[in-house]
Order: sequence, then C-alpha cells, then structure tokens
Amino acid sequence: MNEMNDQEKPHMSDIDKTKIEKIIRDYMENDGNALTILQSVQETFGYLSFEVVEHLSEEIGIPLGKMYGIATFYAQFKFHQRGKYIIQICDGTACHVKGSMLLEEFITNELGIRPAETTTDKLFSLEKVSCFGCCAIAPVVFINKDVYGNLTPAKLRRILNKYRKMSIPMKKNRKVKKSKKVKKSKKVKKVKKVK
Amino acid sequence: MKKNMKEIIVCCSTGCNSLGGQEIHDELVKCIKEYNLDKTVKVKPTGCHGFCQTGPRLLINPEGVLYVYLKKTDVKKIIEQHLIGGKIVEELTYKDPVTKKIVQKRDDINFYKHQVSITTNHCGKINPEDIEDYLAVGGYESLKKVLKMKPEQVIKEIKTSRLRGKGGAGFPTGLKWSFLAQETNTPKYLICNGDEGDPGAFMDRTIMESDPQSVIEGMIIGAYATGATSGFVYVRAEKPLAASRIAKAIEQARKYGYLSDNILDSGLKFDIQVRKGAGAFVCGEETALMSSILGHRGSPRPRPPYPANSGLWGKPTNINNVKTWATIPKIIAMGAENYSKIGTKDSSGTAILCLSGNINNAGLIEIPMGTTIRRVVYDIGGGCPNGKKFKAIQIGGPSGGCIPEQYLDVKMIDTQIDFKSITTLGAIMGSGGLIVLDESTCLVDMARYFIKFTQNESCGKCVPCRIGTRKMLHILDKIVMGQGSYEDLDELESLAYTIKNASLCGLGQTSPNPVISTLKYFRDEYEAHIKGICPALVCKNLITYHISPEKCIGCGLCAKSCSVNAIKGELKKTFQIDTNLCIKCGLCFSSCNKNAIYKKTGGK
Repeated sequence: MNEMNDQEKPHMSDIDKTKIEKIIRDYMENDGNALTILQSVQETFGYLSFEVVEHLSEEIGIPLGKMYGIATFYAQFKFHQRGKYIIQICDGTACHVKGSMLLEEFITNELGIRPAETTTDKLFSLEKVSCFGCCAIAPVVFINKDVYGNLTPAKLRRILNKYRKMSIPMKKNRKVKKSKKVKKSKKVKKVKKVK
Repeated sequence: MKKNMKEIIVCCSTGCNSLGGQEIHDELVKCIKEYNLDKTVKVKPTGCHGFCQTGPRLLINPEGVLYVYLKKTDVKKIIEQHLIGGKIVEELTYKDPVTKKIVQKRDDINFYKHQVSITTNHCGKINPEDIEDYLAVGGYESLKKVLKMKPEQVIKEIKTSRLRGKGGAGFPTGLKWSFLAQETNTPKYLICNGDEGDPGAFMDRTIMESDPQSVIEGMIIGAYATGATSGFVYVRAEKPLAASRIAKAIEQARKYGYLSDNILDSGLKFDIQVRKGAGAFVCGEETALMSSILGHRGSPRPRPPYPANSGLWGKPTNINNVKTWATIPKIIAMGAENYSKIGTKDSSGTAILCLSGNINNAGLIEIPMGTTIRRVVYDIGGGCPNGKKFKAIQIGGPSGGCIPEQYLDVKMIDTQIDFKSITTLGAIMGSGGLIVLDESTCLVDMARYFIKFTQNESCGKCVPCRIGTRKMLHILDKIVMGQGSYEDLDELESLAYTIKNASLCGLGQTSPNPVISTLKYFRDEYEAHIKGICPALVCKNLITYHISPEKCIGCGLCAKSCSVNAIKGELKKTFQIDTNLCIKCGLCFSSCNKNAIYKKTGGK
C-alpha cells in the first residue's frame, strides 16, 4: 500500500500544522474521537500519511498502534496522494450484474492502473466502491463529483477522453504552480539533509 | 397550494442529480422568471420520487402530469407548450416499456399504481431542506400527540402496531423500546442506523435525502417513550447528500425548538448528532456500529450484553434503522390499529424495497407486507427488458440468497415478501435490496461476487469468517475459471455450513447464504462450469467473442476500438476476431452498432 518514494510522502513540514491543531481543538471541544479527527484531516488534506497519524496520536494521546489500526480499518482512508480525477467504480450488485467488471478492466487496460492506484501523470486515480446506491442507473462511475450512469466500456472511453482534453489547458496553467511545487520539494530535501 | 397556482416538482436526489436533475431545476427557475410566470408557478425541489430510472423528471401539479428523461433543452418546451399553451408535451411523457403506450399522469403508471406509501409518503412531495414544508404536511403533529400520552402508552401503541425493525432482522420495535425504558441506568442513548452498506440498497439514503424530518421526529418520539436524552445518526460516507441533508434538518429542528432542553414545553430533553461512517460494511451490525461511533475499529462483539443493557459508553442504548424511525410518526398519525391492519398476520405494515438489476422499471418501492414477488417483478417492475427470460431474484444483499422462478409460479402459496416466507427459501429480507437477474446473469459469478464482498469486508476477528470465506472464494475462483471439480462443490457446501454455524456476528453467519441458495436452486450451473461452460456467457475464461458474418457490415468500428489489435479485416467485408489475441474486454461488443458481435461458450 505504501509503495511510494520519499518525494510523494507528505512531510509534516509540508502540512499546515495549524490546520491540524484547529481540527484537534474543534473535536476535543465537541467530544469527538479518533475517527472523526481522521475524517477531518483527510477532508482537509485529501489523504493521511504515517507521519500525520503519528503526530495525531501524540497530540490526542491515543497509542500509535491503535490509531493506525483505526485508520487502516476503514476503506475511506487513503494513504497516498490521489490524482486530479478520482474515478470511482461502483461495484454494487446491480452494477456487477450490468457489467461493472468490464468497466474496471477497461480502465486498467486504458490507463494502466488497478484499483487504489494513480497514473504517473497524477491525472487519474482508480477506486472501487461497494455501492453508491444509484442502482437504478447501473452501472455507475463517479469521476470526482460527476456521476455517469448506464455505462458501457465504449461510453466510458468517450468520457475519459473528455477528461483528458479538459486537462490539457489545465496543464498549461499548472506550469506556474508546478514550479512552485518543485521549489517546495527541494526545500523538503534540504531539511532532510540537515536532519 | 393556492387556487390557479401550478406547482412543478423536480426530483433533486442523488439518482436524478447524477443524470442532471439539479441542472433541470436551475434552468426551470431561470426560465420561469424569464417568462414572468413566478406568480402563478412555484418550483419545488424535492427528494426522490422513487422511479429513479426515468430521471431527471418533473411533475406538474395539480394535473399530475409527469415528464421523464429530461434534458436541459426540454425545459423551455414544457414551459411554452404546457404552462402557457396548456397542452401536454406528449413526447416527453412516460412510455410504458411493456405496453408501449404513453401514460401522461403519474398515478396511472403501473410502477406507482400497486404501491402503498406510508413510510415514504412525504418522499418526493416536500422540500427536504425546508422544515416549513414538513410542517405543512402535518409534520411534528405526531410528536404533539405523543407528548399528551404517557411514555408507557406510547410503547403500547407501537406494540399494537406490530411494527418490526425494518433494517433486516425484523425484531419487534415496541419490545425493543420497552427494554430500554425498563433500564434505570442513565443517560440512555438512541441510534439511528443509516449505515446502509448492502450493495443494491438505497432506501435509507432515499429517506434521509427526501424526508429527514420524519427520522428526527421518530427519534424524538422514541426518546420520550424510553427516556433517552441524546441520539446519534450514523450515516455512510458514500452517501454525502444524505449526511448533509440530515445535518441540515437537525439544525432546523433545533431552531424550531423540536430538539432542545425543553421540547415544546414538555420538559423533554433530547438532541441528535450526526456521525459519518468511513466505509466499512460490518458497521451496519449494531455492536460494530457502536464501536465506530466511539471512534474505534468497527469490530463486532458477542451479545449479550445487548445494547439495551450496555451500549454506547456502557450505557443503555437502542438502535433502530432509518426506515423504522421514519415510520414511527406515521404510525402515530394514522393510529396503530390501522397500521397493523396492513400486511399479513405475522408482519404488519409495508416493506420498502429497492428494485434494480435487469428490470424495466427500477427504483424505490413501498408495498404492503405479503405482496407476491411476481407482483413486484411484473406488475410494478414491468419484467425484464429486451425480452430476456427471468431467471431469479436476489434479495437481502450479501446476506441473502437467490430465489428462482418456480417460486413465483406456485399458486395460492406464492412466495411472499414477508419475514417468514423469504427465510424458508434460504434468503433473508435484509434491508430490502431486490435485484432482478435475467438469463444473462451467471449465478456462479454472482455467488463469487458476494463471497468476495464479504471476504473483503470481514473484520478479521473470528476465524470461520476470515479464513472460511477466503477458502470459499478460492474454490469459486477455480470454478469460474473452469478448473473446478465435483469435489469442490461438496467442500464448498461443507465450508458454507461451518461458517454459518461458527461465525461470531451476523455478517459471518449469513455470508454463505448466496452460495447455499445458488447451490440449492442452480446446482446445474455450477456443474456446467466444471464442464467448461458458462450458460450465461459471463465468465471470461469460458467464453470467446466472435463476429457474425450475417450481421457484420464491415464498418471497422470494432477493429478501431480494440486495444490489442485482435480484430482484423477489410472495410465492407466481414471482420474477424483472433481469439488467441483477444483479451475479452468487451469493448468491441459495446461499440458495435449492429449487434454483430456475439459470445460463445464451451467451444474451445
């Protein structure tokens, strides 16, 4: 699950500690618990990491093993950075009957990613979800917040192409941001060396 | 609604939104203003109308005309032709897939005709985000009525209604409440179980999205009857709209004083919090759910002690399903006696089911207990589409089983969707997901799918469930690949019964049901797989794709779509698939416009 290189891992120095502190404070006041805190952290940062879980465990006073146990028990928590477009294939019964397996295989062939993986260009991530409850329009695929129903592999190909096209002008804009990101990761490396 | 006023109801729940429901609503609001109709026409966004397949849709009242499968461009047409011109836009109304006749009015559609709505009576009629709308249809009247009664009387009333928990197990609700009421240990807690994890079920989601105030009112009534002071609604993370709507509803209920330290000056104190699940199926089990609310891993524990004695933080707790809570105010409103008259001797009231799979009319339905499966599948559901043959229904999700066709045809003792009769056939009512399977569904693949699901969701605490389901999955994998043997079937059966008898919680105990029921009714299909044949043409290892020379027009679309270049041929001549190269991805199959590509099994 955690087969990623160092660069991809979020470091505590990258993550806004004040945000985490705010989340912890909010939930301590409203008798929250480990689960709700992890949910908020994931909502804010998009994913969890071992370091973040470690930090949380220290702050809340729940043993690390227990904290990690909770984080890995629930399917909702992700331990890797996900792509710009998150493709969620519904694998409910109705979707299965109507061919969701073919859709999954199609994406694996087309994008070279299996469930819980992300393409190298960080554009698409693939995830399988047990049921969205949109059974009447099965098979269903969610791409971020957009829902596509009554799909076939051929229809899905057209949809993926649409997202690919959408990302082209985005990439141009991204250049500016990217350069910033590069700088950041360099900083991280420097910090590491000092350590 | 005032006289001469028209009301347009647009479904804005997850199903319709996914097809563009919200867009239709926004466009409608915009256009109504453009045409200066805002004084005579009111647009109302509501929750689910049940008939999700036909979305996005809108209903014009008071005529009751329904428009289906809408596109954004249709909105203007409806305004100009219907609202201004007074003429129904026939091409946008519903066409019955069986009779091919046009049905203009909602109430005349077969899908609705045979239903009885009690629990879902406000769904699709009120704006779920506006408490005023709920109050306008008599909301919180039941609470006022209850506050004039004694708590014991309320429990007696629920007992009289013979309401059983609608989450699957069917435990009498009144009895459950009385256990909590007897407890002297305080504080007491109420939980609304909205962790609807069964694949193929969306009733709880629909109710929380369409009528959240009913759930809250039901919980307040429960609090009054049992002496609980705080409540939790546990919602699944995969259903974000339901979670946000119930949270919004709770806020509004607080504002109006229905959730406070002194509810309606009766001295009753009650408040509700929302807790989001994090995608674990086992959390639908009550002890696991409580563990999850407390922030731990959602592992179940053996009972006793039951939640009524020791639940959240070791305090007395009562858990009911969303549908059960939502039914409570309606029972109080209509009278327990009246409610108990609906349904059969053993189970009163209605069943809420999600009809999906290979069926013409898919959606959410509410029917009296005791309705036959035939009525549900054919009269309401309209049978299987494209003239395919009905094979079985799958009921109860991963804990349920498949019921074959012969049980629809038995006269007089027709199989009934009832707590008792379903179980005798090896399935369970479960939360009520009903999936129709036609001849194109492979039941061995189906059984494997469910075992894979429970295997994945097994919390790992007890051995029979953790290792047993894995072992079963291995055998089923073998069979699906065409490498099974007859001994495998025996081993599969023996494993199934061991898991059933020895698992710790309900998830494990019921997990072999899909295999047991398919082995019982469809053993021939398992045997066919052992011989290398998949009769339904589903299992990849046992099928090959071919092109029919009679149907192929040589357009080359399939060759273009093939990602491994396994299809070769010349334009305007029959193309051919190289079965050695083919990876059986199905792309060509779904891209051919002439249906010239077909599947074959067993002929290697």
